[in-house]
Amino acid sequence: MNLSAQDVQAIALTLQLASVTTVLLLLLATPVAWWLAHTPSAWRVPVASLTALPLVLPPTVLGFYLLVALGPNGPIGQFTQLVGWGTLAFSFWGLVLGSVIYSLPFAVQPLVHAFEAMGPRPMEVAATLRASKWDAFFTVAVPLAKPGFVMAAMLSFAHTVGEFGVVLMIGGNIPDKTRVVSTQIYGHVEAMEYSQAHGLAGVMLVFSFVVLLGLSWLNRRADPRKKVGV
Amino acid sequence: MLAFASTLFFGGAKAGEVAVAVAANFTAPMQQIAKAFEQDTGHKALVALGATGKFYAQIKNGAPFAVLLAADDETPARLEKEGLAVAGTRFTYATGRLALWSKSPNLVDDKGEVLRSPRFDKLAIADPKLAPYGAAAMEVIHRLGLQASVSSKLVQGESIGQTYQFVSTENAQLGFVALSQISMDGRITQGSAWVVPQSLYTPINQDAVLLNPGKDNPAAHALLKYLQGDTAKAILTRYGYAL
Repeated sequence: MNLSAQDVQAIALTLQLASVTTVLLLLLATPVAWWLAHTPSAWRVPVASLTALPLVLPPTVLGFYLLVALGPNGPIGQFTQLVGWGTLAFSFWGLVLGSVIYSLPFAVQPLVHAFEAMGPRPMEVAATLRASKWDAFFTVAVPLAKPGFVMAAMLSFAHTVGEFGVVLMIGGNIPDKTRVVSTQIYGHVEAMEYSQAHGLAGVMLVFSFVVLLGLSWLNRRADPRKKVGV
Repeated sequence: MLAFASTLFFGGAKAGEVAVAVAANFTAPMQQIAKAFEQDTGHKALVALGATGKFYAQIKNGAPFAVLLAADDETPARLEKEGLAVAGTRFTYATGRLALWSKSPNLVDDKGEVLRSPRFDKLAIADPKLAPYGAAAMEVIHRLGLQASVSSKLVQGESIGQTYQFVSTENAQLGFVALSQISMDGRITQGSAWVVPQSLYTPINQDAVLLNPGKDNPAAHALLKYLQGDTAKAILTRYGYAL
């Protein structure tokens, strides 16, 4: 295989971006998913649709809105300048923000399913045993929903690794800061460096397959009636 | 009546269609040229816009484009050498001009001195590896001896279109863009700009070539001829291309 130092740098940056994004997404998606799974509120459907929006919006739409919003005159840009962070476009944290939005449904939906599948019963039993709500959440709900958490984490991570359009729109292609694997492959193809593109694309293909294989295996373990889990 | 019927039935056969792949920086003038071309010749140009490198990959893999209007002169030459374009049909249809541009009305002076000032923290260029305008921008930066001072401020767009976007949304205060993107009839349409002297970079020659699928297509031949005619040249000048 034919990986240059820049390719390796792009791989490292991609893994870093995906890890940070996954951690933030789990922290953010858990309360959202819990609320979606339990609320009787009329806002449930609109909020669920909103969190699913990145599934259907073209990444170029997300990227374009982000670019405008992150700019010095956009709402996010005005806020980040106010608190002294400058503007986030062309920075690692700008990509993190984009990735969190882009992969949000992949974290929220498995968690909602896991919380719903649990039913109200375990939490009710915990309450009768005088466990506080927080206590019950961490000692009862989290272990029961563990397959949902694992799936949310794997999907968020894999989806962020495969992210392209948003990064392309707000990244600026800066080595070691915003040049990830997908944009590096794109650069190779555009520059007609097909053999380098092949090397890196091969890495991506194998990685994605292994993740899906792992997910399928986890799913089957969680629900043995299924033949194929994905 | 017979004459009318024959125009009706056979007129359509005379007016053809030509699928043409057009470099993104040439979007605006090409739309005008395509309109004028259809009015004057009856032929219809089906325009696909994109990056020249992507078109190269598509053409190599059998894309049915009859004509390529590239952003450089290397890709058409390469296609001809690889036997994918008709030999002897290449010519320079436009020469691109580079401009340093800002959305702020007073930031860019008419000598580009702002590049030596601390009044910006992001300078957008097109990826020098992918886009001729990016390579030209790097050349200017080198010639002015600014490499050390601006290298940490550089952000790259994948095409000159995206570079324009970065500056237009003010995520970058300054950027090297195509003059054709920011000027009309010799005037800068918004913000401030320095039209970089052509002595500071290798001319951005944009070449056209007839591709193999267009070999026997009269509309393709007509389009190539039309691009060298007065109407097309007038449109090019309005958009700030050198001839």
